[in-house]
Amino acid sequence: MVLLLCCLVGMIVTSALIIWKALMCVTGSESPVVVVLSGSMEPGFKRGDILFLHMSKDPIRAGEIVVFNVDGRDIPIVHRVIKVHERENTGEVDVLTKGDNNYGDDRLLYAEGQLWLHRHHIMGRAVGFLPYVGWVTIIMTEKPIIKYILIGALGLLVITSKD
Amino acid sequence: MHSFGYRANALLTFAVTALAFICAIASFSDKFSNQNPSVEIQILNINRFKKQSHGNDEVSLTLDIAADLESLFTWNTKQVFVFVAAEYETPKNSLNQVSLWDAIIPAKEHAKFRIQVSNKYRFIDQGHNLRGKDFNLTLHWHVMPKTGKMFADKIVMSGYSLPDAYR
Repeated sequence: MVLLLCCLVGMIVTSALIIWKALMCVTGSESPVVVVLSGSMEPGFKRGDILFLHMSKDPIRAGEIVVFNVDGRDIPIVHRVIKVHERENTGEVDVLTKGDNNYGDDRLLYAEGQLWLHRHHIMGRAVGFLPYVGWVTIIMTEKPIIKYILIGALGLLVITSKD
Repeated sequence: MHSFGYRANALLTFAVTALAFICAIASFSDKFSNQNPSVEIQILNINRFKKQSHGNDEVSLTLDIAADLESLFTWNTKQVFVFVAAEYETPKNSLNQVSLWDAIIPAKEHAKFRIQVSNKYRFIDQGHNLRGKDFNLTLHWHVMPKTGKMFADKIVMSGYSLPDAYR
């Protein structure tokens, strides 16, 4: 019985992992789905919306919504590209971003003294959009109790179900 | 077998599947819309044109933008983000894109407009290549759906140039 339950839980966990890794392969981005955490892109993206990312070799162009990491910050940021300067011979690129709902550009968010984002900062570009679904993760990270209650209830359900 | 839990589960699964299906169809229906936006941009004035102390050229200019983007709106459109970028080549850079002005259009009623604005973002080159420079002005739009796939397109207008001397 216990063994069976372990197998069941293991199957659920591994299938979730498989789906996630498959998405990583298809989209080419190390995190194919992100939840919007701030209102800096309102009214386009609100807190709790989900974005689907895609990372391809295509060059980055103005107007695209990119997800980027800044050195010294853990949480990735989703903002729009407003300036692009691409080198002639190396193809290296200088990018400046801004949140649609922010007054100024993002230089204040970048690491100190950093004027431009480069290719390696960028994790992907947003291609699709699903509203509200991300609230589940926001609630769970901000109120861990709910997460434990939910996991407990699901566990109880698995254990008590007869078939 | 037909406990409350099972029924609730079946109902929830069905509801979520149906919702996902409807969202997918709504996004797919965007493909059949007929888009023919139009735009005209004139440079009314070069307000300022100088070389900054650290060597980069900076321009301030006034634009006259007349656009009709009504055809971009469908029932699945939440907003259209529109911006005008100056695009040019320099010996160092194969592409420079500098956003000069942008706006969020929340509804179809606001999609046909004409405005005169000076550039909202600073037009600064990486270097001092802007004297006598020919450049394109490109109107880009980015349609944000209520749900589903986002899409973008642009109209490129060429034949603009900057003065031969600083002023």
